[in-house]
Amino acid sequence: MLDISKLLEEIKQTPFDEVEIISPWCGRVSCADINEDDPVSGPCGSWLEIPGTLLASVEREHNPKPVRAPEKGRIKLIRKELEGQFIEAGTPLVTLKHFLTKQEVIQIILRQALHLFNAPERAKYYFVPEVDMKIRTAGHRSVRVNDGMDLFIMSRMKREVTLPYSGPEGLIYSVYFSHNENVGAGDPLIGVCPEELMPIVEDVVARVQAEWEEQD
Amino acid sequence: MIDVDKKLHRLNDRLVYIKDIFAGKQDEAVRMLQVRLEEFQARVSEMSSQEKMSALSAMEELFTFMEQKLNEQLTPMDKVRIVRHPQRICLRDILENVYDNYTEIGGQDDKSIDPGMLIARAYITRKRGKALHNQPVMVIGQETGHGEEFRNGGSVKPWGNAKALQYMKVAEIENIPVHTYVFTPGSYPIEDYPGAAQQIARNLYEMAGLKVPVISVFSEGGSGGAEAIGLADRRLMLSHGYYSVISPEGAAAIEGRLRDGARAAPELIERCAMQLKMTAYDNLNHGLIDQVVEEPPLGAKPYHYEFFQSLRNELMRATDEVVLTTRSFALLRGAVSHPHRPKSLENYNAENFVTRWSLSPKARERLLTLRHKKFRNLSNGRWIDPRTPFDKTLSKIQATSTDLINLFRHDLWGRRKKQIGFAVEEMDAGARMLLHRIFTPFFSFMRELVGPRPQPRIAAEELTALSSWEEDNGKSSVWSYISSKAKVDRAVTCPNADKYGCLDLWAPDLYGEFAGVCTNCGHHFPMGYKWFMYNVFDPGSIQEFNQEIEAANPLNWDGFDAKLEQAKQKTGLKSGCITFEASINNTRMCVALLAASFRGGSVGVAEGEKFLSAIERAQRKRLPLLAYVHGTAGIRIQEGTNGVIQMPRCTMGVRRYIDAGGLYLVVYDTNSYAGPVASFLGCSPYQFAIRSTNLGFAGRGVIKETTGMDIPPDYHDAEKALSRGHIQGIWDRRDIRNNLHQALLTMGGRNLYYK
Repeated sequence: MLDISKLLEEIKQTPFDEVEIISPWCGRVSCADINEDDPVSGPCGSWLEIPGTLLASVEREHNPKPVRAPEKGRIKLIRKELEGQFIEAGTPLVTLKHFLTKQEVIQIILRQALHLFNAPERAKYYFVPEVDMKIRTAGHRSVRVNDGMDLFIMSRMKREVTLPYSGPEGLIYSVYFSHNENVGAGDPLIGVCPEELMPIVEDVVARVQAEWEEQD
Repeated sequence: MIDVDKKLHRLNDRLVYIKDIFAGKQDEAVRMLQVRLEEFQARVSEMSSQEKMSALSAMEELFTFMEQKLNEQLTPMDKVRIVRHPQRICLRDILENVYDNYTEIGGQDDKSIDPGMLIARAYITRKRGKALHNQPVMVIGQETGHGEEFRNGGSVKPWGNAKALQYMKVAEIENIPVHTYVFTPGSYPIEDYPGAAQQIARNLYEMAGLKVPVISVFSEGGSGGAEAIGLADRRLMLSHGYYSVISPEGAAAIEGRLRDGARAAPELIERCAMQLKMTAYDNLNHGLIDQVVEEPPLGAKPYHYEFFQSLRNELMRATDEVVLTTRSFALLRGAVSHPHRPKSLENYNAENFVTRWSLSPKARERLLTLRHKKFRNLSNGRWIDPRTPFDKTLSKIQATSTDLINLFRHDLWGRRKKQIGFAVEEMDAGARMLLHRIFTPFFSFMRELVGPRPQPRIAAEELTALSSWEEDNGKSSVWSYISSKAKVDRAVTCPNADKYGCLDLWAPDLYGEFAGVCTNCGHHFPMGYKWFMYNVFDPGSIQEFNQEIEAANPLNWDGFDAKLEQAKQKTGLKSGCITFEASINNTRMCVALLAASFRGGSVGVAEGEKFLSAIERAQRKRLPLLAYVHGTAGIRIQEGTNGVIQMPRCTMGVRRYIDAGGLYLVVYDTNSYAGPVASFLGCSPYQFAIRSTNLGFAGRGVIKETTGMDIPPDYHDAEKALSRGHIQGIWDRRDIRNNLHQALLTMGGRNLYYK
């Protein structure tokens, strides 16, 4: 069985992701005025309209193209020795240390703990009436699902078919779709948690929400 | 005791007011007044009632004396602080004190579609002997409401301006004058329907043809927002008001090249306020307003009843004057006409005369002619025209002779020719109908006799052979003019590369064969204005006119002469507007082009004059008119109100042209913002944009600064403008020629020679 507390401890030991930024093109490199341990920001603004910090530019055919930070974090390594050199596409330029946010930690835990049941095709999805009734009265975490159970109604182009659940038995931990909205093929519909793991997952998520300190 | 408290409270208010408007200056005077007030407050409990009253009277006199003294030292920026002060008179005070009765319409207080715009039906009562006459007017203006938050400081939203226009039209139907009061720091710069720019343009266009007298009074005339209701037959201005193309803070941000809402230094703001020449007397000296209404020292406040009386008198006079000048016979005209008023009538009291303010149909037409003439002459001569008097006379003679030729060709002979043509067409149609009736039975009998006619055989080749490449007789892959950008050996990245995976394009391909269009996503890269001039029109058909007219520095703005000279040398242009005649498929048209490369395509007096001349030329020669906006950043701030007056001035020309039956097309390219879009461009019924164009009223920074809102990156996109109904279509750059030809064939009025 998955040991979520151990997983959380492991995340606490290394509370960051290392993002290696490679050159998407070949060309001559010129590094931006940044040094190791400098903070950088990723795209931000309400519409992510403000680009990330400029890390380097790679000039090809007199066309300097910017390489920007994709995430917020700090510079771990910058390969200044490449300055002025012609490099191939795929050459690592910068390594970023991206400190995990609460949401990201929760996502990592849930990804390990939950079984995601995905939409087989782009359509609108509804729970079958019995399940829907139960969710309305007692919430989705009260619904137990097992392999082959008729759980969804898939509605597309006036065609409605029943979609059975396939996967391990458990309780619905989270629902990722909303009423009357299309879900793309491959997008998750529900996350199912084994019943015995449910209290632990809820406890860990609450702890992360309360205790996790986000770093710049 | 209550009187003493009231007077003391009022003196305190006066002191706070002085402190606020001088913002840290005049410390000595403020300190002296404060000390005297504090001394009085300390001793007040020991004084008898009589002593209190006499001490208060002395204090009031001291305040009045100091206010008079300080009034002489007011700077333009102090006047800006005066008009923005919550103690400043507002429109409701005017309604209460100037008019004899009024009813607020179109909403009340905060329960209004836009509480920043106040509309009321009011009347002024005048005496003729013992008889009383109520003269109704429509009062429209921005309401600041002594700092009431929901009024938004008189910054009116587009729907507020739309409401104002609705009631102007009501006034026109009811044949009553409109009194407008400008109390706005500027329009609320949002694009939500009907859109700030488009609605101001619509207001200007309608006011240009509004067939009732319009009198406007300016207190705070902030650029486009002011113009939305400021186009008037008589423009009065309060002596402590300002009327400007931009706020001094905005001008300072541009001058100091400040970004991201950074604050300009107070000295720079003060200097810009001085240079903008925005006070009432500056505007009067430039001929941009007709008259200044004197206010009490340090500006009018709600308790200055003599001021309201004088404003009432001036308003009645101005309305009388407008009405009487439209009449063919009016005895009183000399008495009310402000600049020509004889000495003997200096104390003319409008209360005791009654002039009917309704206009006859003929007077209404005359009113529009006079309004047009008035705005045509505003800011005249504030550009450089190096032509000799002989050249100017020659050009006038040419214009007159063209008028005469066209009068004969299109009106006298042309109209008759058309009428004869119509008669011949009708006779021909009648004859055909008659012959058809006579011969149809005969032909059907013959068909039955002979049998069905054999169908011509379709050649086998036509069905079996491969189709051949048709020679393109228009523009194909090779353009007549290739941009200089195509001569640079480099690759260019499409801004949509991340989104659509566009590959890099080689500049000679992109700016040459592809006409600056990404082959993958269709993004249009900006091209120079010459690309448009030489690839869209028939080769060799361009005939430029008025190229001698040069942009000038009418306000003697510091350092602007050098900047202008630099722009002229860099671009080879003398102003940001190029006017020419050209043909598309042999259909001649008049074109006014705003070039973004010359000071950002900003519009000043020279550009306005050239634009207006192009309109007049198109009208005279019965040509369609195209405004191609290669890019415009708005009105040129360094020309102050002389620039902003181009908004109503050119819109008036457009209105006359469209009313005369012309076709006015506007095509936007690259980026177009602010004043021109909010007036003579935005008023066109046929507006199109080249793909990837941005257009709107204010840019992202200004919107953030004034409304506090962040706007999405695609807020000003042509697609968004199309979905809001601001433009009528989006064109591919490579199809401009075909689309323009199509527009010439399908759109436009009755006065075009080729129709």
